[in-house]
Amino acid sequence: MTRPTTDDPCAACPAYARLEQMGIKMDRYDRVVALAGNPNTGKSTLFNALTGLKQHTGNWPGKTVTRAEGGYQFNGVKYKLVDLPGTYSLLSTSQDEEVARDFLLFGQPDCTIVVTDATALERNLNLVLQVLEITDKVVVAVNLIDEARRKGIEVDTRTLSRDLGVPAVPIVARSGEGIITLLSTVADVIEGRIITHPRRVEGTPAFQQAIQELTPLIEQLAPGIPNARWLAIRLLEGDARVQRAIRSGELADIVARQRAAEDRLSGTAAIIGRQ
Amino acid sequence: MTTPEDVLVRAETLRNRLPSSFRDEIVQSLYAEAERIARRAVKTAGNRQYDLDQRIDRLVTAPVTGLLIMLLLLTVVIWMTVSGANVISDFLFTLLFGVGDWARALFVEWGVPWWITGFVWDGVYRCLAWVVSVMLPPMAIFFPAFTLLEDLGYLPRVAFNLDWLFRKAGAHGKQSLTMMMGFGCNAAGVISTRVIDSPRERLIAILTNNFVPCNGRFPTLIMLATVFVAAGFGGAAASVIAAGAVVAVVLIGVAFTFLMSWLLSRTVLRGEASAFTLELPPYRRPNVLRILYTSLIDRTIFVLWRAMLTAAPAGAVIWLLANIPFGDASLAVAIARWLDGFGRLLGLDGAILLAYIIAIPANEIVVPTMMMIYTNAGMMVEAPANDSAIRALLVDQQGWTLLTAINLMLFSLLHNPCATTIITIFKETRSYKWAAMSVAITLGTAFLVTFLTASLARLAGLSLRSGALALAEPVEARAGAAPGGIVVVLICPGAG
Repeated sequence: MTRPTTDDPCAACPAYARLEQMGIKMDRYDRVVALAGNPNTGKSTLFNALTGLKQHTGNWPGKTVTRAEGGYQFNGVKYKLVDLPGTYSLLSTSQDEEVARDFLLFGQPDCTIVVTDATALERNLNLVLQVLEITDKVVVAVNLIDEARRKGIEVDTRTLSRDLGVPAVPIVARSGEGIITLLSTVADVIEGRIITHPRRVEGTPAFQQAIQELTPLIEQLAPGIPNARWLAIRLLEGDARVQRAIRSGELADIVARQRAAEDRLSGTAAIIGRQ
Repeated sequence: MTTPEDVLVRAETLRNRLPSSFRDEIVQSLYAEAERIARRAVKTAGNRQYDLDQRIDRLVTAPVTGLLIMLLLLTVVIWMTVSGANVISDFLFTLLFGVGDWARALFVEWGVPWWITGFVWDGVYRCLAWVVSVMLPPMAIFFPAFTLLEDLGYLPRVAFNLDWLFRKAGAHGKQSLTMMMGFGCNAAGVISTRVIDSPRERLIAILTNNFVPCNGRFPTLIMLATVFVAAGFGGAAASVIAAGAVVAVVLIGVAFTFLMSWLLSRTVLRGEASAFTLELPPYRRPNVLRILYTSLIDRTIFVLWRAMLTAAPAGAVIWLLANIPFGDASLAVAIARWLDGFGRLLGLDGAILLAYIIAIPANEIVVPTMMMIYTNAGMMVEAPANDSAIRALLVDQQGWTLLTAINLMLFSLLHNPCATTIITIFKETRSYKWAAMSVAITLGTAFLVTFLTASLARLAGLSLRSGALALAEPVEARAGAAPGGIVVVLICPGAG
């Protein structure tokens, strides 16, 4: 394997990782990463740290109501980063939650970073578990560990990773601590170097059976759809948005788009591999 | 072959087979799982910081002290804005108008046709200079102060303190968050209503957001408060009185927000206030550099740039109106005279109403436009460039009284949203009806309130606006034949 030679001695080290903020220059990108999380956990701060953009941040829940996009380059791969509005759950129907949910479901990010607040982890995990129902490709960023430390709260991210079945990385978005580890973990999850086994809430046997009956039907309707199980759950709950997506044929479109993106990405990946 | 309908029908039958409580069961098992995982991963020791936060919160969110602290913070921020802005404003006035006069003289010397000189320097440039010197200083002080409170984590506490009032008005407690965004810019306030789940309460928040004076209207309020309300006081007392007057106007706006929310939730938007949980974030140390960046570059320069973009064409329009002859006067004078009767009914005058019409694209340019109409339509070459000059123009020449100023402050607080905000309301509601409603509600309130105060004042025998409109006809003025009966005053030698 050859690395680009530079005068920078660090570049020779295998652990060398290069982060380049790309602002809004995203006309060409290889991967899409979504930032989800409860309100006021520092998603926008992390977004700004990665992209070099100046998305407004504020110390109150609900600051970001639209989704912002930016780019960063990490170890030669270009990532598009989408900052979603903070939500406590993906189950209700307020507009900012719908923005977040629609993107996770229909925007098909290659990986989702769920930013959590280390000082209020339990409440934050509700959302993590809901995101895990939708997608496997998740990395949990445990943010504000400096604040937690000051408050005498210790988060054991290894136990957390094991219990959730996806990587959990401690970070301090404001100072940049842990961000390189977070990014390489995200890259590992996307490229399949880390295989996740997300924890899924089982529910009652009757419910399990209903899901098992419905999921294959959805898969027949849209072969290759990645989150048929979640769609089945939503349909059982009578979710109007998902009903609409099924009726309008939006699902088939998503799968087609996904295929096209994958073809394009494998091409790009080959080019990156050659360098 | 499976069709979409098959899937939906199958889901329907399966759902009916499940016990009706299954949804709650899913949510419950989700919460139980989260609790279990968190318990395993989190270790908690002593909690000193948390105690401090709680002690501060006990003061800041208590019924009485909470409201007092809120009022105090509002007064301090506005006082800082008023007293600091004056100093910088005077400096900018002198500088920018000095440059303008110098360039104008240069044009005259070169023999450039009078209409080019007038259009460029008396029209476009003067309006721009006005906007910059009036707008920039208050924003440069207000925005950092506001961003500081935002970063500390104070805003959700305000929402907590005011929640009971909003509930009584049938509105959503998070509406106060959207109002605070409205202090910066009403269009931003309207967008921030997305945090409100219920469409009914969100509409209430959208329709009433304009009752919070945005940064484009603050300079108008500050100028009027300084020049009229605090005129009789000297030194430090003057800035405190002026700040007090602005705070009073803000509180009147808040009162109208509650009143209108209450009216709406009992008529067209009937319904109960919904419950919600609001997290009070921990107090965090603000990042000073980021605050300065966000508030000065993103907010101040952004808003100022927008104001300048509308000010330049507005200056051109005013100059043209003032220099196109119409009947025995200019177009501006004709329109102002035509509006004058209605204006007087509201305790204002025709020139003020014309300024509001020209300033529909952005509230920031109301005062500059008004001054331009008064000065350009009159025969003055100089523009008033400090408080005493403004006072001389408005009181001595145009016959304003304290009541004119108070009515104008009320009108400025209550009148229709600017074009940007109206467009934003349309985009957010996707409805012409609600966009039109937002204009009707605010403009109706503004007309009604100013009409009532003017009528009451008249009944009490107070003078609202003495004398006639002192607007001259510029064509003759250029010829140097000033007809009798028209006031010709050159004010503000300081800027020359």
